[in-house]
Amino acid sequence: MIGTTGLIFNEPLLWEMGAEGRTAFSIPARDVPELPLDAALTGDGPDFPDLSEPEIVRHYTRLSQWNLSVDSSMYPLGSCTMKYNPKTNERQAGLPGIADAHPLLPVALSQGLLRLMFELERWLAEITGLDAVTLQPAAGAQGELTGMLIFHAYHADLGGPRSKILIPDTAHGTNPASASLCGYAAVPVPSGPDGILDPETVARLMDDETAGIMVTNPNTLGLFEREIRRVAEIVHDRGGLVYADGANMNALLGVAHMGAMGVDVLHLNLHKTFSTPHGGGGPGAGPVCVTRALAKFLPVPRVLEKEGRFALSNDFPHSIGKLHAFYGNFGILVRAYSYILSLGSMLEQVSRYAVLNANYIKAGLRDDYHLPYDRPCMHECVFSDKRQLAYKVSALDIAKRLIDYGFHPPTIYFPLVVSGALMIEPTESESKETLDRFIEAMRAIAREAETDPELLHQAPRNAKVRRLDEVQAARKPCLMG
Amino acid sequence: MKEIDELKFPEDVYYSKDHEWARKEGDLVTVGISDYAQDQLGDIVFVELPEKGSKLKQGEEFGSVESVKAVSELFMPVAGEVVDINGGLEDSPELVNNEPYDGGWMLKVKPAGADPFGKLMDRGAYLAMLKG
Repeated sequence: MIGTTGLIFNEPLLWEMGAEGRTAFSIPARDVPELPLDAALTGDGPDFPDLSEPEIVRHYTRLSQWNLSVDSSMYPLGSCTMKYNPKTNERQAGLPGIADAHPLLPVALSQGLLRLMFELERWLAEITGLDAVTLQPAAGAQGELTGMLIFHAYHADLGGPRSKILIPDTAHGTNPASASLCGYAAVPVPSGPDGILDPETVARLMDDETAGIMVTNPNTLGLFEREIRRVAEIVHDRGGLVYADGANMNALLGVAHMGAMGVDVLHLNLHKTFSTPHGGGGPGAGPVCVTRALAKFLPVPRVLEKEGRFALSNDFPHSIGKLHAFYGNFGILVRAYSYILSLGSMLEQVSRYAVLNANYIKAGLRDDYHLPYDRPCMHECVFSDKRQLAYKVSALDIAKRLIDYGFHPPTIYFPLVVSGALMIEPTESESKETLDRFIEAMRAIAREAETDPELLHQAPRNAKVRRLDEVQAARKPCLMG
Repeated sequence: MKEIDELKFPEDVYYSKDHEWARKEGDLVTVGISDYAQDQLGDIVFVELPEKGSKLKQGEEFGSVESVKAVSELFMPVAGEVVDINGGLEDSPELVNNEPYDGGWMLKVKPAGADPFGKLMDRGAYLAMLKG
């Protein structure tokens, strides 16, 4: 077995451990006189667990060991860019002047923080080839909503709001939801036979009621939209705008400019491409980059620079308004700033290695798994369970078995255009040795599918919990502890 | 997922290209999704149906099914007015998986027009489409 041995600690709930009166610290001796308290203010204290320090440390260490995380293993969750998060980013974000800054500090006392935001905006503009940036959106989907609000504001400003948005079937699943939330009807655009957009299909669907198109490039098949410039021309000719979902930007850093592709609005996921922590519902950041013509619609407040001093301004009458308390998830912005500063011009290597790694996996697994679109891929590759289905083994079984080999599963059943999809995104973080171990594990699973399908149906066998009943959890969710 | 030969396709219903079925029951038409559709979707966890009284065109979206894999839209196999919906699916969406043509029915529709099944397929034509 690659990468696993099998010892996992059980661990009770905190309240089931310890003993009354046990503590992990001593309260300092009281140095003020004792005074009577109003009875209304007194009562039983909160029901905290009574634990010693080693009990607490072991408790959380053990719980953390039940996880597969990017700090413990390769996490090839396609579309999510689960790259390693360098620890230096945490160190910078934890500096007292940054971590302890209050969001209501006066501008005069926040010059360093404002400079950080201003410079990050400039860098993201340079990286994407667009002109102006807001750092406010809290995640990718809120970035999409911001983009749709800007689309709406643009057409309303011209006196003719529009009602529809074109969305390719290879776009990210949140795109139609974001468009609907803004009141647009989502019009699906089928991709062509080679998995990318056909400009003629776009030309047929694009009309004067359509606000524009939401494209993911590279798309969710991991393929570069080669016709993006023609698509953008068609959309622009009919008065529409082009939105690019930048969730897959890890393929293009320093290699291709979104602005040059004809993109008007783009969101970035700092928690994907720029290595800030990701997943578990924690804070993300989805900055939105726009062309100069759309800059006046960006959310407020915006950071302005004048003679080396930085200020916040709400004086943008066309702005779509405010999307997040204060200035967005600032701590996440610091981590992305640190990441970009650490790599500098080497950011381009990030994308080159990410694309190389995905193609290496594609080449390594093509003899064992069905490859629905056999083209050089970008930063992720999409296989399907077609061959394994002959043995009644599905993408879900393959994904669960991969846990037994010590790898986080890839994304499965997405994109929807591939039945039984296995979407693998290794990111640039993984070494050739790790990629080889992953390929070896996937090949072993393909052999097991033929010889012992039951083993796969029962997987995972070595994890803390076996196959979870996802169906029952969705049908009859238990929302109590 | 099963082979086509392992799935059930009754003779007494008509099928749409989107894998819904429609069965004539007196003056009404009962609507659901085919055994092929439920098998492709996998375990269904939620079914969203329209309000009673909705008037929908053929091919128009009438609701959605959510499975552990994805959310899929449902399209009207016949045009007409929805006179009843299967409220039991709210608590037991698995009926669509277990009894797609019986307990898993979704709508009862008062059809509009003289030949509601005109554009639909019989069992033979539907099977031919599936085997493509």
